Amino acid sequence: MSAECRTVVNVGPSHPSTHGVCRVLVELDGEIVRRAEPIIGYLHRGIEKMAENRSYLQVVPLTDRLDYVGSMYANWAYCRAVERLAGIRVPERAEYIRVIVCELQRIASHMMSIGSTGADTGAFTAFMYAFNQREQVVDLFEALSGSRLTYNYVRPGGVGADLPEGWVERCREFVAQHPAAMMEIDDLLFGNVICRARTKGIGVLTPHDAIGWGASGPVARGSGVDWDLRRDDPYSVYPRLDFTVPLGERGDCYDRGRVRLWECVESCRIVTQALDQLEPGPVQAEGLPRLLAPRPGDAYDHIESARGSLGVYLVSDGSVRPYRMHVRSPAFANLALLPMLAEGHTLSDLVVVLGSLDPVFGEVDR
Amino acid sequence: MTRMTIDELREHLCAAYPDLCPLFSVEFGDGVLLVDSARLREALEDLKELGFDRLGMVTAVDFGDEFELVYRLTSRSMRVGMFVKARVPRSIASVRSTVDLWPSADWQEREIFDLFGIVFEAHPDLRRILLTDDWVGHPLRKDYIDDSIIRRPDYL
Repeated sequence: MSAECRTVVNVGPSHPSTHGVCRVLVELDGEIVRRAEPIIGYLHRGIEKMAENRSYLQVVPLTDRLDYVGSMYANWAYCRAVERLAGIRVPERAEYIRVIVCELQRIASHMMSIGSTGADTGAFTAFMYAFNQREQVVDLFEALSGSRLTYNYVRPGGVGADLPEGWVERCREFVAQHPAAMMEIDDLLFGNVICRARTKGIGVLTPHDAIGWGASGPVARGSGVDWDLRRDDPYSVYPRLDFTVPLGERGDCYDRGRVRLWECVESCRIVTQALDQLEPGPVQAEGLPRLLAPRPGDAYDHIESARGSLGVYLVSDGSVRPYRMHVRSPAFANLALLPMLAEGHTLSDLVVVLGSLDPVFGEVDR
Repeated sequence: MTRMTIDELREHLCAAYPDLCPLFSVEFGDGVLLVDSARLREALEDLKELGFDRLGMVTAVDFGDEFELVYRLTSRSMRVGMFVKARVPRSIASVRSTVDLWPSADWQEREIFDLFGIVFEAHPDLRRILLTDDWVGHPLRKDYIDDSIIRRPDYL
């Protein structure tokens, strides 16, 4: 069909299928997407600029508002950069707690992604099953930090508070039942004929493109790119924990979704081991000044978030505020793949492809 | 392959590109290559050749008279990451784009153009990305003034 017959459709900025406040400008040839351009920035709050005008501790709540489906990650990545810059040693118990909450966060975040894969492909039941699991994690986090979405829990030098009484037992109960729930969702969603038809062979990402475009996390691993910072650039206590990195083969929406599902099961293994190895002790480094003023210089640190390599680059001029903070957002890098992946598929597949990239727009737009 | 240490990376780099060797240093446990903006492109090409197949992050920092560009490169084969830094004068804030080396630079360079006003030559589609097209100024510059910014005194 000639170019004259193309229809331009604006999906979003606020549309149930756009997974956040994003606009996709789609050029259609009938129902086939010829060009899809994500237009972002609707949630841009200038967090990097705001951080320049706050003390190091005051920036932690801002990092909550980056990836609001996985606040713990941004908390941790930022705190790691601060600790590297200021030379703070974190007590071992705090490191274990950080690993536990971040693996639980991975489950909570992947539940959102897997659940919405169901909702996008017409299987709303799976969404409710996934949210049942997510709610339990959120309840655990509420007991820990007092909030259900923006935790402000991981702080420079440790964590905000020690685990409350009975928390470890509740956490064990959760991870004991979670793998079975995942198998159920696997049958219900990825075993479903309609879901398979809607996700298999859709939005295929080659390993070459995944590396070149800086994709990370389940998006890269769904294409078979064997790269996980927890194992390949080990940080915290991950070297002491035994886990495998699930990989996909074909790089389509189905593989990306299933990599997330298996990661949840692996996260349960990690949490169980970390709870076993957890020893009593302080959860906050001692003798930290209320106002940190690290020596001039810059530091970068990254962690494996639910979406991929989440990095924070900090520059200090020796004052009590960061001179510059930059967040290397995995969702931003992964979303850049959308035009390539959606091309040639139908408009309804665009929704599935977008969902499989699992963007959180707080982190994309910052 | 096992993870390469910073010293091994230095040796590897010096053996392959002796001219880059004196520019390499270690800061906070990370390898940093400080290059002149005129040689930036050449250095990045060399590092890609050396095995740095991912450009994880590009960003800029406003240092008054100069902007510093910071590239974070990762190599999957060597399992190591490093930085490349170069300074460009504020008056001629322009540098060659790296989209042809690593496509991941595409959106990140657009973001730097948007928030710092640094121009990337030969970028295929250099437009604002986070802010609206009619936005005036570049917010991450230190001299940017906006009514919504509340200045706090140093004692907070």
